[in-house]
Amino acid sequence: MGIIDINKVTYEYIRRDEDGNVEGITTAVNGVSLNVKAGEFIAILGHNGSGKSTLAKHINALLVPEEGSVIVDGMDTADEDKTLSIRQTAGMVFQNPDNQIIGQIVEEDVGFGPENMGVPTKEIWERVEESLRTVGMYEYRKKSPNKLSGGQKQRVSIASVIAMHPKCIVFDEPTAMLDPKGRREVIRAARALNDVENITIILITHYMEEAIYADRIFVMEEGSVVMQGTPETVFSQVDMLKSYRLDVPEVTELAWELKKAGVPIKFPILTREELKEELIRLGKR
Amino acid sequence: MERDKSKLKLAADHISYEYDKSGANRHKALDDVSFEVYEGEFVGLIGHTGSGKSTLMQHLNALLKPDQGTIWYDGQDIYEKGYDRKELRRRVGLVFQYPEHQLFEDTVFNEVCFGPKNFGMDEKQSELSAYAAIKKVGLPDECFYHSPFDLSGGQKRRVAIASVLAVKPEILIMDEPTAGLDPKGREELMEMILSLKESEGLSIVMVSHSMEDVAKLADRIVVMDKGHIVYDDEPRKVFAHYKELEEMGLAAPQMMYVMQDLKDAGFDVRTDVTTIEEAKEEILRIVT
Ligand SMILES: Nc1ncnc2c1ncn2[C@@H]1O[C@H](COP(=O)(O)OP(=O)(O)O)[C@@H](O)[C@H]1O
Ligand SMILES: Nc1ncnc2c1ncn2[C@@H]1O[C@H](COP(=O)(O)OP(=O)(O)O)[C@@H](O)[C@H]1O
Ligand SMILES: [Mg+2]
Ligand SMILES: [Mg+2]
Repeated sequence: MGIIDINKVTYEYIRRDEDGNVEGITTAVNGVSLNVKAGEFIAILGHNGSGKSTLAKHINALLVPEEGSVIVDGMDTADEDKTLSIRQTAGMVFQNPDNQIIGQIVEEDVGFGPENMGVPTKEIWERVEESLRTVGMYEYRKKSPNKLSGGQKQRVSIASVIAMHPKCIVFDEPTAMLDPKGRREVIRAARALNDVENITIILITHYMEEAIYADRIFVMEEGSVVMQGTPETVFSQVDMLKSYRLDVPEVTELAWELKKAGVPIKFPILTREELKEELIRLGKR
Repeated sequence: MERDKSKLKLAADHISYEYDKSGANRHKALDDVSFEVYEGEFVGLIGHTGSGKSTLMQHLNALLKPDQGTIWYDGQDIYEKGYDRKELRRRVGLVFQYPEHQLFEDTVFNEVCFGPKNFGMDEKQSELSAYAAIKKVGLPDECFYHSPFDLSGGQKRRVAIASVLAVKPEILIMDEPTAGLDPKGREELMEMILSLKESEGLSIVMVSHSMEDVAKLADRIVVMDKGHIVYDDEPRKVFAHYKELEEMGLAAPQMMYVMQDLKDAGFDVRTDVTTIEEAKEEILRIVT
C-alpha cells in the first residue's frame, strides 16, 4: 500500500442562506482516486477552482471526505483519534503564509511544531537552524514574521513544516509569491527533501517548469483527474493541456513551435539541456 | 533611454524610507530611490522579495510618506502645503497584492461602485462609472449581481482592478497582479491590461516576478535590489545583465538562456532575445 491512498473521494461545499436553506452546491472533488507511493514526487496541475486545494486538504485531515476514503500511512483520516498523528506525517505548506505563522519571532515559529511534538530542546534548535538554512532564511531568525514581506514569510512557513520531519509534504502553490531565486530555492529544497530524505512530495503548482521534476503528474479539471502520467507523457499533449487552461514549460513550447514549423525535432523536450542537444544535432554552425 | 520630459507624469525624487524607526525591526526599505513614470508607458518593476517594491508603490500614491525626498505629480510636489492628496490617490490607482482578500461588498456591482462613491461622485455617476469599468476588465454581464466571493481567482482580480478603474485614474499601479493565477488566467489578465493601456491611454506600473511577462509587455524595466534602483532601461538591455540579475535573486527570461546555450555551442545567434516568437525566428535561421 502507498503512503497516501485516496479512494473515490467526493467533497461538496454547500452554501446556505441565513435561514439555513441550501442556496448552492459546489462539487469541488468528484470521485478522485489517487495512490502515492512512499518517496514519490507528485505534481498536481489544474486551473484555479479545479479542486486541487480541496483535494490537498484531505491529505492532512483538514477535510474529511463525504464519500470515499483517504488513508495516510495506514491511518484513516475519518478516524478523529488519528488527526494529530496524520498532521505530523503529512505536513502542509499553503498558498498564503499569513494564515500559517503564529510565533512572534521567526525561530520561535519554526520551533513551535517540534516543541509540540515533544522533541528535546537541543534537537529543536538544531532543527530550527537546519530548516531555516534550507529555505535561505537563517539570517532572519531573530526577526518578527509579520514584518517580513510575503515571499520571506512563505519561506518561514516552509521551514516550520520541514522542522517537524514529516514523511510527506503537500505544497499548495508554495512559489506563487516568490521571486525567481526564491522559487528555485523552494523547488530545490523540495527536490532535496525528496532525494536525500526520501520525503514524499506532492506539489501543486501553476508553474509548468516546476512539474518536470515529478515522477508523475496529475491534471485536475472540475474536481476530477483528467490526465496522468510522467512529465514526458503529459507535456507532449500541448493542445489538451491548453484546453484545460494550462500550458507547457517555455522550452517545450519553443520545441512545439519549431516542430510545427517543420523542424524534425524530438518531442517533447522538457529541459534546456535537451533542447541544446537537439539543436546541436539539427543546426548549421 | 532618452525621455521626453514633457511627458513626465509621476516622479519619486531621491526618496528614502525606513520602517519602525525606533523599534527592533528598524529597516531601511528605500535608500535614495528615484523613479519616473511617463504618459502612456508600461513600466515593469522587478526585484527580489523584500527589495522594496511594495514600499515604493505605496509612496507613489501617498499611502506612505518618504523620510527624505519627495514625490512629484504633473510637476507639483505632493507634499507642498495644501496639495490635494486624496485627489492624487484617485489619479494614481493602486491595486494591492492579492486584492481579492479586500473585497467586501455583497455584489460585484456594489463593490466596484464603492470607489467612486468614496471619492465623492454622486450615485448615478458612480454607477455609470462602475458599469463602464466592469465592462473594461472583460467581466461577463451575468457577474454584475454575483457575490465577488463566488467568482474564480482571475475574475476576482478583475473586480479589484475594475474598482480602481472606476475612479478614472491616470496611472494604474499593480502589485503582482498575476500571482497565483493559472497559466490561461495570467495570459488573459495580461491581454486585458495591455488593451486598457491602448484604449484608455493609461500609464501602467506592474510589479511582477515573471521575467517572461515583463519582457513581453513592458516598455521599460526598473530593477530594485535591497532598497536601491540598479537598472532602468528597455527590457533587452536590462536582461543583458542576467548574471548580475541572478545575483540579486532574479533571472532573465527562459528564452535568453536558450539562446545563450546556442551561442556557447558555437552558433552565430542573437542573445538579446526575450520571447518564444523571437527565439523561434532565430533558431529557424540556423536549422533551415
Ligand atoms: N470554503 C469554500 N466554500 C465554498 N466553496 C469553495 C470553498 N473552497 C473552495 N470552494 C469552491 O470549490 C471549487 C474548488 O476549489 P479549490 O479546491 O480551492 O480549487 P483550486 O485549489 O484548484 O483552485 C471552486 O469552485 C471553489 O470556488
Ligand atoms: N511594516 C513593516 N515593518 C518593518 N519592515 C517592513 C514592513 N514592511 C516591509 N518591511 C521590510 O521592508 C523591506 C521591503 O519590503 P517590501 O516593500 O514589502 O518588499 P517587496 O515588495 O519588494 O517584497 C523588507 O525587507 C521587509 O521586511
Ligand atoms: Mg488552490
Ligand atoms: Mg511586495
